[in-house]
This record gives sequence, C-alpha cells and structure tokens, in this order.
Amino acid sequence: MKCGLGGCLKKFKDRYPDREGHFASFGGRFAPETLMTALEELDLEYEKTKKDKGFQKLLDYYLKQFVGRPTPLYFAERLSKELDAKIYLKREDLCHTGAHKINNTLGQILLTQRMGKKRVIAETGAGQHGVATATVAALFGLKATVYMGCQDMERQALNVFRMRLLGTEVIPVKTGSCTLKDAINEAMRDWVTNVRTSHYILGSVAGPHPFPKIVRDFQRVIGREAREQIKKEEGRLPHFLVACVGGGSNSIGLFYEFLDDTSVKMIGVEAGGLGVETGQHAARFAGGSVGVFQGSRSFVLQNGEGQILTTHSVSAGLDYAGVGPEHSFLRECGRVEYENIKDDEALTAFSKLAHLEGIIPALESAHAIAYLFKMKKSQRKGKIFIVNLSGRGDKDVQVASQALNLKMNGNE
Amino acid sequence: MSRIEKKFLELKKSGRKGLITYIAAGDPDLSKTIDLVKSFEDAGVDFVELGIPFSDPLADGAVNQMAADRALKSGTTLKKIFAAVIEIRKSVHLPIIFFTYLNPILKYGLENFAREAAQAGVDGVLALDLPPEESDEYKKLMNKHHLDTIFLVTPTSSIHRMKLIASKATGFIYCVSRTGVTGMQQEISKEVPSLIKRIKSVSDLPVAIGFGVSNGEQVRQLSKYADAVVVGSAIVKKIEENVSRSHLLGEVTNFVRDLAVGLHG
Repeated sequence: MKCGLGGCLKKFKDRYPDREGHFASFGGRFAPETLMTALEELDLEYEKTKKDKGFQKLLDYYLKQFVGRPTPLYFAERLSKELDAKIYLKREDLCHTGAHKINNTLGQILLTQRMGKKRVIAETGAGQHGVATATVAALFGLKATVYMGCQDMERQALNVFRMRLLGTEVIPVKTGSCTLKDAINEAMRDWVTNVRTSHYILGSVAGPHPFPKIVRDFQRVIGREAREQIKKEEGRLPHFLVACVGGGSNSIGLFYEFLDDTSVKMIGVEAGGLGVETGQHAARFAGGSVGVFQGSRSFVLQNGEGQILTTHSVSAGLDYAGVGPEHSFLRECGRVEYENIKDDEALTAFSKLAHLEGIIPALESAHAIAYLFKMKKSQRKGKIFIVNLSGRGDKDVQVASQALNLKMNGNE
Repeated sequence: MSRIEKKFLELKKSGRKGLITYIAAGDPDLSKTIDLVKSFEDAGVDFVELGIPFSDPLADGAVNQMAADRALKSGTTLKKIFAAVIEIRKSVHLPIIFFTYLNPILKYGLENFAREAAQAGVDGVLALDLPPEESDEYKKLMNKHHLDTIFLVTPTSSIHRMKLIASKATGFIYCVSRTGVTGMQQEISKEVPSLIKRIKSVSDLPVAIGFGVSNGEQVRQLSKYADAVVVGSAIVKKIEENVSRSHLLGEVTNFVRDLAVGLHG
C-alpha cells in the first residue's frame, strides 16, 4: 500500500480521526468562532452517547421498526449474468424515505433531543437528506428548517413537496450556484445565528469535526449488515465494494467495516458530469486539489485563486465541490480508489438496472452501477461485488425522462 | 511595535476610541477601493479592514456576500489586492487589516501571502474560519513577517476558549457583538458589556467590537465598552446602493465621516 504517512497502514477502524478531527493531514475543524463551543459540546455529547447502551437500544429500535433495517443484500441475477460477475446490491433504497440518509438523521435527532435543542437545521442537494430530516423531525415533534438551492428545488420538486408535507420549512437558496454548497453555507449561517437553540443535522461526512465522524458512525450500519450478509450468502468476503461519492456518506458507510479486510478492494465513484476535461463535473479527486472548504481540509474543486468552482452533475446529490476528509485520507493511503462516471453513462445504467432488475436507482447510485459496466471485463469476471444502492430513483424520473427523451405522459 | 499597537496607544493617550471601517477589496473594483481607503483616512477613520473576496463566505450575511461577488466579478485577485495596498500606502498611514477566509491565502501559500502582505504595507490578518486550534503554522508565519494575528471572540466562547484565543492573538481582539453572521441590526445585544469584561479579564490587548453595528448612535454606545468599534455591512450597503453612480465615493465617505464625527466629536 502506498502511503505518505510515515509507514503503511493496514489498520484503520476506530483509529481515526484524532481528538481534533484529523485524518492525518485532512479534516480538522475550520469553523467560525461562534460555532466552536457548539462543535465541542456536540463532540462531547456524542462520545458520551456512543457508550450509552440505552441510546444504542433506542437507535436500534427505530432503525428496525421505523426505517425497516436490516436492508436486504440482494443478488442481482440478470445483471450478474450480463456482467459475468456476482453482483449483490445493498438495498438502501428500501429504507423508509428511500435512501440511506435516514440512518444518520435518526441518530442525530436522538442526539438533538439529548442536548435539549428544539429545532433542527439541514441542507439538502437531491432532497433525500432534507426528506430524511423532515421525517425524523416529524417523528419526534421538533421544528425543522431545510435549505435547498433553487436549482435543486426545480430538479427535485417531488422531494420539496414531501418535506413541506412533513411540516418542514424549505428555504430556497439563491446565492452562488444555487446548489448543495450554497445550501450548506446558508445552513451554517442559520446555525451561527441560532446555535443556542438549534442543532445542525449535517447530511454528509463533510464539514467541521465532529460531523465527519458522527455521520460516518451512524452510516456504518450499512457495511456492518452487508459484511454479515455476504458471509452468510457466499461464505466469504467480496472482492469489490462499489459506491458513489458525493460528500461521501453512503460510501463510507459501506466501506468502513471492511477497511481492515485487506483482500477487499473498494471503489468510490465520483460524478464526471460532462467529462473532467470539460470542467463541467464534480470529480474532486480527478480535477481538484487540497483546500479548506466548509469546515475541513480535503480535496476540493477550486481555481488558482482558491475560489471554489461551480460543479455539474446530472445527479444533484453528487453535485458538490468538496468531499469528506476521510475519503481524501483513504485515497492518500491507497486504501480506496476513486473513479468517475459521466452523466450519460449514469443515465444508461439508470435504465439498464430498471430493465434488468426491476429497480429504478437514484441517479447518484446509478453512477456506482455504471462503473461495473465501465470496468475491464477481465477485471470483473467471476468476482463478487457489493454495490451500494444508496437510494431509489423516483425523485429522478423527471430529470431522467428529459435526458433520456422518454415521455412521461401520452402513448409512447 | 506594530502600526496597530501604536495606533491603539495613541488613541489611549488622547482618551479616544477607534473607528474601524470594513469594505471588501475590489468592491466594485480595486481603483474605487484605493480611493475609498484614502478618503476614509481624511474622514477620521482609525483603521481599515479590507475583505479578501471569497466565493463561499459562510460567516457573512447577504450584504457582504454580494460585495464579495461584485469584487470577484471585477477580477479581483490577491496579487491585485497587494498592488492596490502598495498604491494606498503611498499616502495612507492608518493600519490596514486583511479580513479573509482561509482557502484563498492557503492557495496563495501562507508564507508567500505573509511576506507579500507585509511588504505591501498590511499590518494584521483575521482569518474568519481559522480557529486558534488550527492556527500554529499560520501564526508562526504571520508573526514572522510582523503581521498581527487577530482572532474573534464571540458570545458563545467559553472562558477556556477566550484564554486560548488570547494566547494566540496580537494587535487586538475582535469581539463579535452577537451570535450571527455579519450584517446590520436594530439593537445592540445586552450581552456586550459583560462579554467585553470577560475578555478584558483574560487579556491586556485592546478589544474592538463589531458585527451588526449599523449607525453612529450604535458606534457611540459601543465605544463606552470597547477600545474600537467596527462598522462593515452598513458601509458596504452604501457602496451597493451607489454602485453605478458617479458620486459613490462622496456618498460613502460622507456616511463614514458622520460615524467618525459622532465618535470623535
């Protein structure tokens, strides 16, 4: 394993981040002073909570009875045949609300209650994290405000309606590129202003410490289940794990429990948009460099002046200039490889999975599926894969119908 | 002794409080910034804060964010800002402080940034999203080039954090008057006097107070507690209102002069 950390790492689990949130040179806590005390308190509360058996029991109860966990590890037979490999899909799309996001929002809303705060704030890109936040806020009777870029509100109109139906205030963000990064800026501003009464439920493994750690820990359930399930099905560990990477929460959730299993290769798939060479993409590793953005040090798409670039992806959930610091760390250690998939490849995979398996994936997850098709035949032949199907695609049918030229109404 | 320290000493000797004015460098363009800073000194301003425009200013309110957008649109870069400061320094003596987010100066290279800022005539730097915990390398390099490192203290800072901040700060401590982003407000928070008292109990540095200071009355009120008062968004708003008009310089300077007269008499 190549590794610039003064020695090759074989063990990762529960060793990172350090107390200040560093994953070697990545991560940290780059936040305005107003938030520092709240971040310290959140970390303290979380560390206490983590060891509390009562809390774990409560979380497990809701994950089982409300979210519907464990989610199946589904053997995709026709897809496997097509690809000449064994493909298992971790069905996070079957979670209540339709994506893995609720694993985290449930954990964080229980934390919010313990901290005695009565209101939650969230940002959302594709709307899945917003819906998951709105859902748990309704479940526990807390007030919720969700910030969403106005461009995303347009392409994810269904999720905007769902959030409002659940009693959440959705605030359009009209600054910058009107997408996820701008929604995070607005959510942070709200939190800076209302930090004494509100908790910010950040939806990805990004932002200042302790968010990358907390969100990761609440998403680890994905890999924990998948590891048991595949051992039961196959009597062995898989050869490959594949997941899409926006901020990086579904991928880290799948990868984490396998990090110390050196035989398991892991691939994170970024949004290649119209192609990295066009500049219209969200592939931070292929086209970015290290910087400090929205609270942590990690790879980010920026220009020569350190200004953050606008991004492009057909999938709102991957359309983000930054990436969680732990991913930068895992890449530097050579533990996880990162590839990117273009819009049209993702759209093809979107239809392909629908046709072959009767599953309409989220456009985000379609990037992971697309990577299977892109891999060299010889590389995948006969190998066992777990692909994280992080969300379902109902929210994307409008965007996809336009892109694929399919009519939603009429006889065609 | 740094220019900032000297200025505070001078103010103290004459029994006055300082007026610090903030504008975004390059809003609406750098030649206007040069003119504005020159006229601010004549209008009685004691310190100038220049914002380095950033695409994602998450600690700023809408007024400053739009100013950063205007500055970036006009092609403002750090290199050009240094050149503007050199131009300003030909005639201006007041201390100049950079107000920035970390990423643009990281990208420039902290050492290059510190050296060129100091050479241009900048006196101190405040990095909004850099807490003292992450500031060792930064502080070393800034101080090496004789730039003061200014940090924020806020109403939510614990006494433990205040001590940490005091141990890293030079020049002065910037006290944020309320929980919130930059921007104007109707009323001054009642927490201010006790907040400044807590800061004074852990540090001998002068304390400037800012965020949400909108008018001359608030400047006077706050000057009772702090050594200097910062006005930002209210001035930036004046720039915004007059952005395409020929009398921008006059309008903004008049507003700033009124603040100075109100404070200094």
